Amino acid sequence: MTLTEIPETAPELPVQVATPELEATNERNDRRRGFLMALPAFSFLTVFFALPLVLVVVYSFATRNRFGGTDLSGWNTDSYQELGSDLVRQVLTRSLVLAVITTVICLLLAYPFAYYMATRKIGIRNLMLVFVMIPFWTNFLVRNYAWYVILGTDGPLSQVTETVGIGPTRLLFTQAAVVLGLVYGFLPFMILPLYASIERIDGRLLEASRDLYATGAQSFRHVLLPLSLPGVVAGSILVFIPSLGAYVTPEILGGAKTTLLGSYIVTQFLTARNFPFGAALSTVLMVIMLSATIVYFRKGGRTL
Amino acid sequence: MNTTAPTTPAVSIREVTKRFGDVTAVDAVSLDIADGEFFAMLGPSGCGKTTTLRMIAGLEFPTEGSLQIFGDEVGTLPPNKRPVNTVFQNYALFPHMNVLDNVSFGLRMSGVEKKNAAMRAMDLIDLVQLTGMEKRKPNQLSGGQQQRVALARALVNKPKVLLLDEPLGALDLKLRQEMQTELKTLQRELGVSFVFVTHDQEEALTMSDRIAVMHDGELLQVGSAEELYERPVNRFVADFIGQTNLLPATVAENDMIVLDNGSKLLCPNPHAVGSKVSMSLRPESIRIGTRDAIPAPDQGTSLQGVVSDMSYLGHALLYTVKVDGLSLEVRSEPVSADRRFGPGDDVAVWWDRTADWVVPD
Repeated sequence: MTLTEIPETAPELPVQVATPELEATNERNDRRRGFLMALPAFSFLTVFFALPLVLVVVYSFATRNRFGGTDLSGWNTDSYQELGSDLVRQVLTRSLVLAVITTVICLLLAYPFAYYMATRKIGIRNLMLVFVMIPFWTNFLVRNYAWYVILGTDGPLSQVTETVGIGPTRLLFTQAAVVLGLVYGFLPFMILPLYASIERIDGRLLEASRDLYATGAQSFRHVLLPLSLPGVVAGSILVFIPSLGAYVTPEILGGAKTTLLGSYIVTQFLTARNFPFGAALSTVLMVIMLSATIVYFRKGGRTL
Repeated sequence: MNTTAPTTPAVSIREVTKRFGDVTAVDAVSLDIADGEFFAMLGPSGCGKTTTLRMIAGLEFPTEGSLQIFGDEVGTLPPNKRPVNTVFQNYALFPHMNVLDNVSFGLRMSGVEKKNAAMRAMDLIDLVQLTGMEKRKPNQLSGGQQQRVALARALVNKPKVLLLDEPLGALDLKLRQEMQTELKTLQRELGVSFVFVTHDQEEALTMSDRIAVMHDGELLQVGSAEELYERPVNRFVADFIGQTNLLPATVAENDMIVLDNGSKLLCPNPHAVGSKVSMSLRPESIRIGTRDAIPAPDQGTSLQGVVSDMSYLGHALLYTVKVDGLSLEVRSEPVSADRRFGPGDDVAVWWDRTADWVVPD
């Protein structure tokens, strides 16, 4: 099934009697063409994604020398043993907790919104989609600095609360600020898959459940939620994973006491110059994310 | 009409209007559906029949008017608080639940304990002959089986009225005819009112005790199949129920009418002299023969014309006869080839005095 060849070459070719050999040749050609088309993206990903990934894993087994460099010899698992230290465990737990909180808040905010959006007329739906994506038009870093200003000691938020009489707010450099920033940054990634999966649900199923004596809440619990679970799973993965490894937001909005995994890894590479340890941390993070993804997809796939 | 006994109707609709923005989907409809009746709402798509059904179900609320189920006003009661259940078009089975969970859903939601609900659901699954399929998901079932599940899922709740929205629309012809008989039998056994919506007049005629014909949001006529077929109230009903020849005419004196082509015909009717009407003549009630074969030539129940077309339908012959600018469809017995008329043959057509019917324009 090629698009280009049929009109051009078909009239010139002598019509051949079909044989299994001819069919096999055709199939082989088809496969080769498919491979050639995928080749550019394939090579790009190999060079800039797969190879660096392998490098990270290799480095995690290397040794840090006295001058802050890395010796690619004397392979050992020292870096992985270091992961058991209290500090690492603290950072890891904090990162996991914040990532889970962020995911849950995003889910709670996004679900009703996605449902509302999915049940509007097509024009309003598209308009709302555009609104959801508007933040992407501005650089992520810039938007985080905007929050930095808003939450700052004499920032607009503090001024408002002071005027209202609650007193000044001190949100900046707290974990709450980090969660706020993460929720803000990743909410669209929750809304979009939720919207996509809710929009596909036949509205008559909800009507049928109401007709069969379900209250609104029961209808949600037994019909809407299970049917939109693929969206819940996809959205949660899309929020949880970047939250877990977030670097920019905690750097800008979090304080010294809120070091997260992302910043900790960067410190290992740039400040402590402990490449093997940083690489080991990265590898572990990737393994956690990968397992979470696999578990989630398995679960989502089964309930479908 | 079988409303002689002063019993409470199962459904009573009074002057119900439903508007969606500027569009009036249902316009001041009033009708009563008796308990235990097989009632059809018939009309082309967009006529308001489905909206009416949805208002009975509680899936839409009337803009105006009163809607009662067994004497209780249900106007704005949500669907889960009404003693009715619906078989949806395309069934709307829950795709993530197996047959048993689908069928027991209503019972579970109204608080029946799980084991009990499953037992009662199994009874219904047996009733619709799906025994052994209770663990299957809807997408593992054929169209006919899905439709049975939908039926069981609604009936398990013992509704006082069962609503069916184009229940057989998605089935192929043979299955549809089978299900028509089954639905009818089921309804008779259960004694529950079935209210069903269809655009298929044949389906409505074969299954229902009474039929409501709707068009453009208005209720045109309610009656038995026979009443609708033989005494339609207007052109639309005459044309929609079965096939008919509608001949434009003017009412004249002495029970006569004058067709637009000048032919004078006998056709007693209650309309005022001079009013514009249409005469409805069913193709199967017209006889065709040579011109000298007319049994009563001067009675005003015959016309002379020329055959313009003949089709062989197997169980009948369908002639198109041109009569002075008018065209008549005539259905006759499938006589042997040498006794058929062909295009260009001069013929006469005639009918019984009781076969014609006049509807106002």
